Amino acid sequence: MTTSTLSHVGYVLRGNPLTAIAGCGAALLVFVALFGPWIVPYDPVASNVSISLQPPSSAHWAGTDQLGRDILSRILAATRLDLLIAASAVSLSFVAGALIGSLCGYWGGKVDRWIGRIVDVLMAFPLFVLAMAMVAALGNRVENIIYATAIINLPFYIRFARAEVNVRRNLGWVEAARASGNSHTQVVTRFLLPNILPAMAVQISLNLGWAILNAAGLSFIGLGVQPPTPEWGIMVAEGARFITTGKWWLVAFPGLALMLAVLCFNLLGDGLRDILDPRMRT
Amino acid sequence: MSRVSRTDGTALLTIEDLAVSFSTRRGTVEAVRGISLTVAKSEILGVVGESGSGKSVTAFSVMRLLDRAGRITRGTIRFRGQDITRLGASDLRRLRGAEMSMIFQNPRASLNPIRPVGDQISDALRAHRDMSRAAARARTLDLLKSVLIREPEKRFDAYPHELSGGMCQRVMMAMAMACEPDLLIADEPTTGLDVTTQKTVMDQLSAMVRERGMAMILITHDLGLASMYCDRVAVMEQGLMVETAAPATLFSAPKHAYTKRLVAASPTPTSTVESLSPDGAYRSPPLKSEATPTAPLLTVDNLVKRFDGGAPAVDGVSFAIGAGESLGLVGESGSGKSTISRIVCRLIDATSGAIRFAGRNIGAIPARGFHQASERADIQIVFQDPGDSLNPRFSAFDSIADPLRRLKGISDNQSLRRRALDCAARCGLPADLIDRFPHQLSGGQRARVGIARAIAAQPKLLILDEPTAALDVSVQAVILQLLDRLRREEGMAYLFVSHDLNVIRMMCERTIVLKEGRVVEQGPSDQLFARPSADYTRDLISAIPHFDPGNSRVRV
Amino acid sequence: MTTISSIARRTGRRFVSSLPALLGVVIFTFILMRVLPGDPAVFFASGPNAGQAEIDDLRRQMGLDKPIPHQLMLYLRDIATGNLGRSLTTGQPVLADIRQRLPASLELTFTALTLALLLAIPLGIAAAMRPGSLVDHAVRFACTLGVCVPTFVSGLLLIYVFYYLFGWAPDPTGRLDIFTSAPPRLTGFLMIDSLLARDGAVARASASQLVLPAVTMALFVLAPLARMTRASMLAVLNSDYIRTAEAMGLSRARVIIVYALRNALLPVLTIAGIVFSTMLGANVLVEKVFSWPGVASYALDALLSADYAPVQGFVLLMASIFVFVNLTVDVLYGLADPRIGIE
Repeated sequence: MTTSTLSHVGYVLRGNPLTAIAGCGAALLVFVALFGPWIVPYDPVASNVSISLQPPSSAHWAGTDQLGRDILSRILAATRLDLLIAASAVSLSFVAGALIGSLCGYWGGKVDRWIGRIVDVLMAFPLFVLAMAMVAALGNRVENIIYATAIINLPFYIRFARAEVNVRRNLGWVEAARASGNSHTQVVTRFLLPNILPAMAVQISLNLGWAILNAAGLSFIGLGVQPPTPEWGIMVAEGARFITTGKWWLVAFPGLALMLAVLCFNLLGDGLRDILDPRMRT
Repeated sequence: MSRVSRTDGTALLTIEDLAVSFSTRRGTVEAVRGISLTVAKSEILGVVGESGSGKSVTAFSVMRLLDRAGRITRGTIRFRGQDITRLGASDLRRLRGAEMSMIFQNPRASLNPIRPVGDQISDALRAHRDMSRAAARARTLDLLKSVLIREPEKRFDAYPHELSGGMCQRVMMAMAMACEPDLLIADEPTTGLDVTTQKTVMDQLSAMVRERGMAMILITHDLGLASMYCDRVAVMEQGLMVETAAPATLFSAPKHAYTKRLVAASPTPTSTVESLSPDGAYRSPPLKSEATPTAPLLTVDNLVKRFDGGAPAVDGVSFAIGAGESLGLVGESGSGKSTISRIVCRLIDATSGAIRFAGRNIGAIPARGFHQASERADIQIVFQDPGDSLNPRFSAFDSIADPLRRLKGISDNQSLRRRALDCAARCGLPADLIDRFPHQLSGGQRARVGIARAIAAQPKLLILDEPTAALDVSVQAVILQLLDRLRREEGMAYLFVSHDLNVIRMMCERTIVLKEGRVVEQGPSDQLFARPSADYTRDLISAIPHFDPGNSRVRV
Repeated sequence: MTTISSIARRTGRRFVSSLPALLGVVIFTFILMRVLPGDPAVFFASGPNAGQAEIDDLRRQMGLDKPIPHQLMLYLRDIATGNLGRSLTTGQPVLADIRQRLPASLELTFTALTLALLLAIPLGIAAAMRPGSLVDHAVRFACTLGVCVPTFVSGLLLIYVFYYLFGWAPDPTGRLDIFTSAPPRLTGFLMIDSLLARDGAVARASASQLVLPAVTMALFVLAPLARMTRASMLAVLNSDYIRTAEAMGLSRARVIIVYALRNALLPVLTIAGIVFSTMLGANVLVEKVFSWPGVASYALDALLSADYAPVQGFVLLMASIFVFVNLTVDVLYGLADPRIGIE
């Protein structure tokens, strides 16, 4: 079994080497998030106006900002916060969404219809606006960004888990599990959840990227994390003022960091989907 | 003799040494490995084989409709002397539909869901004939009439979802014959249709083909069907053609070992469970002697099931099963037979009616709480599709051990393993497969795991819901023999649900015929099949395709 | 005839069933706004040193002293009569502000959506026609990349390249540069208004202001649209009925256009509806980057300065637009797919 799984993973990775690269990228991100404070070349919040707005050089690889802070150090230091927000938000909505969704999908009925309708409304509503309003209402704190991001992610997980359980609940092996004397709770937890987890893992990976964009977007418009905390969205917002005068590095490097982070998680999600797709196995 | 003389002997299609391979992740797989055959003008050739035999791949190669991964690696396909394997796209387009045409399995999916069926037939006409819209419409209406579609003007504007499966296949036939091709390829044209619909569609198809003097290749897994409608039958196995002969020869004197096995395994009106293997390899053991019980094991009284606001799926059904008895439920789709099996298994609740098991009204226990009932271990079920009935994350051992844990309360690993291996052995599953996952097992092996799981809790009543419907006939034969042996050895009672009348006749002592949720007829199987009293039963029995040496040679 | 009446029935049913959702959104925003920090009466009062008496008076006037359910009823009555309150920052009625600014947002969104659809559908089809080819890989990679670049970064980089480096784009602020006077307001859509006024120069000026934000927005939604087109076209091309069409010898063009494309566009229609409402939300970021005077930036400014009536109005507007867009998609879907009539 293990050898066949390994060979399958190998097959997918050979067919799509980007997945391996994305995996390494994600690992690197986590490393930077953990050890960022110790590997930054400069203090990310120490300003030095005499060297403000300098383009990239050998001393400051990504240049300096309007207060003379080293942009590279700020980007590295921001990794922890951005990943923390995204990861906590996604885990919250994953746990809640998987539970609510799979119970709805398994039981069906009136509650399911109601939740389904609420989810439909939430999903179709401009979610970013919802997150904005929530952060404004709850106050500009990191945990509130996490809650807001978690809530706007929640409908996706509910809908996903619900659909995954729904297509399976009338399959022979679920009915067989009941005929074998399993209670409904056992059917959901021992049979259905393990079967939908791989597909959910793909969603988690794809959603991490989305959550990162969301959090950065919120701080870009001035909600959520506040300056001078280094955060990718704030850095882009601060650099925006200087773009029309050609100071591109203020925006480009934090933007690039955002993009690469999101790209890594998205590619990883796509690769995971290929690895876990039963149709690709024989 | 008369059939052979109808063809004038000149070959319309000649396939020589054809090989087709598919590129997959495990490298290239050769699906067809050098087959040769000819189809004469006005001849109907049957190509019979089980899944993986390459019969459909051969058909698709002739039409050059192989999907992207498939490639003809060797051989020639000559149609009227022209090598199809070398034709370019535009030449192929001129040929397809006009000179050779094809109808497919699953007719509804084969029609464009958002285009009226009449327009689709007109499209086929106008692709090859220079005709106005009005002329095409008039011709389409004629074609619809010729396939016996009533009110063709009205049906012209119908969409596929508004027509029944049988009607969709007739529309496909009209489309395929629109430009009067010389060769028609029918790829499992009636698979998935009910047996009575199958008969009308096939009768009509062969009549139209004969009338127009067309040649036809009928691809099917059903030896009976092929022998009934074809002049010659070719048998394929794993990409090779093993034998070609007239149906009479094939049945009376099969030469190749595989053909012998296939002929024996295909149920006929006279076959028995024992005769399903060619050399008498299987002998039914004697029934486990049990004193004739005073009360029946299961009685079902006036069962009704209504799903949310529709007509009742089950409408007042009553029956009884004695201990160790085997009762067959037979009917076409929509007869309510699967619903009954799930209600009796206590997976869903009935709307009304009583279910008594060993004297207790188990119908009163709601299905959602039945896992705690003491009867849970006594009533077990085997499901239709062996692929869908096993948890993909459970090994064969996990699947078999699950009911042992839940219902027998066995928790120590050693006895679990011993009991599971014992169940597997009784179901003919080799011990070295016990740790494999479903995707590593063949269809027949999965079916064995499903049966082992069901008998693990030592039930008194085993419900079998179309247990062999998704299996090839040769696998079906061994599974039926396994089920027959298990019942006789363990003394279980069976509630055997199937659409296949021959299977029911072989496996069950008594039979109930269902139609639209009601009992049409019930009685001892021998009597019911020999002298059916209801018209519907008679129609069902006469619709089963089978080789009949008495009349097939004089069919027109 | 029957098709049209069945679509009308269906649309009517959908409209009625979306009313509770609309009401839900209204109640939700109402409660949310009551939770928000800050007392509106304090803001409304004449000055920072207004007396407690004056504030209490204001509270009474605004109905803030009444219990929440009562306030909700008052609020619903106001909405029904078209009174969305008054903005503290602009001093104007919210409805008037929104009416003034909505065309700018719609002009941007529609242009971007049209651009995105015009690009995404051909790209998706081209990729699906030859899966595994260079075109396919390029399209897929572009899509993966497209969803990774946040609009606020791509917008700023576009400004850098086309305004700063090449000087092709005008100063990225607003809908018209300060030297051009706006055409007489008829529709509020500058392009249409200036064309109606037969003023080519203004039309060109407004178009050149529109290009960068619209492209930014289009890039953002290009990926999901192209992905969906590719996936659905691929599924349709592998379907049984396309095989039938080929077995009947239909011409390539007929197979692709009549048989494949019409079927493949059905799911794209649904996604386009969802994308539209996503764009309304994402407008916030793009409007901020380009100082675009639309409703989203209006709501954002109000939110940041604790001015809640415009935010409530904005959310209500979004919800109504969303209901309207869904109904439109429903009608179009009903026209395109005969299977819809039967449930």
